[in-house]
Amino acid sequence: MGAQIRVYRQKISSTTSMRKIFKAMELIATSRIGKARARVAASLPYANAITRAVSAVASQSEIDHPLVTEPEQIRRAAVLVITSDRGLAGSYSATVLKQAEGLIELLHEEGKEVKTYVMGRKAQAYFDFRNRPFERAWTGNTDAPVFDVAREVGTALLEDFATAYEEGGVDEIHVVYTRFKSMVTQEPTVIRLLPLEVVEEQAASESDLLPLYEFEPETEHVLDALLPRYIESRIFAAMLQAAASELAARQRAMKSAGDNATDLIKKYTRLRNTARQAEITQELSEIVAGADALSAS
Amino acid sequence: MAELEVEIVAADHFVWSGAAKMVKARTSDGEIGILPGHSPLLAILAAGELAIEPVSGDRIAVVVDGGFFSVDNNRVVIVADNAQLGDAATAGIR
Repeated sequence: MGAQIRVYRQKISSTTSMRKIFKAMELIATSRIGKARARVAASLPYANAITRAVSAVASQSEIDHPLVTEPEQIRRAAVLVITSDRGLAGSYSATVLKQAEGLIELLHEEGKEVKTYVMGRKAQAYFDFRNRPFERAWTGNTDAPVFDVAREVGTALLEDFATAYEEGGVDEIHVVYTRFKSMVTQEPTVIRLLPLEVVEEQAASESDLLPLYEFEPETEHVLDALLPRYIESRIFAAMLQAAASELAARQRAMKSAGDNATDLIKKYTRLRNTARQAEITQELSEIVAGADALSAS
Repeated sequence: MAELEVEIVAADHFVWSGAAKMVKARTSDGEIGILPGHSPLLAILAAGELAIEPVSGDRIAVVVDGGFFSVDNNRVVIVADNAQLGDAATAGIR
């Protein structure tokens, strides 16, 4: 009987210490999420400016730039998967990976080869565990991305894009990441980074029309300089969104883990009390029975 | 006289915005000065310093290491990879 109480006590104390961890993680995530969202907001002006410039260049000039022209045949695609470095974020990484698997399968069905690039230790571990090859992995800092990493990724992807298919290059680039919609909803998203999809937009009013820019130096040079920046900024934006989503997912996961721990502690405390009471009752009845036996003799 | 509406953004943060009388920047081809009423332009920035003369106050210097800027309708958007407000005293003195 005593053994049972001990088991419950152990369970209570281990759950209590786990709850402390969950609570701490939740608080950390909560405090960092504001900053992550602020960074998403801070990167918007740059992204907007660059998108506007790229669409200005792409819409008005008859350009024949490799980055904007759709190749006749897409034979190999690059997929960049952005997950987290650390777990304890519920299904965050699993959801992105599932989305990525869906995309990879789809690309395979279309008869394309797939080159995978991963970001975050979770994705790396996922591919390593399944013995599936990936081209490159970037890890560290997924919850607080730095622009230099985005630049590195952009350079690597563009390099592959510029390489011919025969030499192992890719014809299109996809990015799978988690979009931060709100504190409660984050959804895995796939975007095609390259070739650029030039969207023909109907201008709503006169002011929405993009002005006829002069280019300094030539259009091609401007494009050459703009497009890598555009790609980097898109990748960086995806990384920032993913970071905010990761923290939000972690906060939610840790909140429910903490709540569950509280429930468990309550349950085990009840069980422990019952066990203790049962032990006392048994001891009492043993004493009474012993006394009865003595007085009878 | 019309004013320029200037906005400077870096990759991960907002740097400066305000009204200006003139913007002086260095493109890959050479230096360029933007006054109100400039025709629409999209140019590549070279690494270096650019100077902004605000409507009121002292000249502002911004150190950039590459990027681009666009001008349309008296609106100047400077998009730099990395921008830092420099020392105002040395602005424009090269």
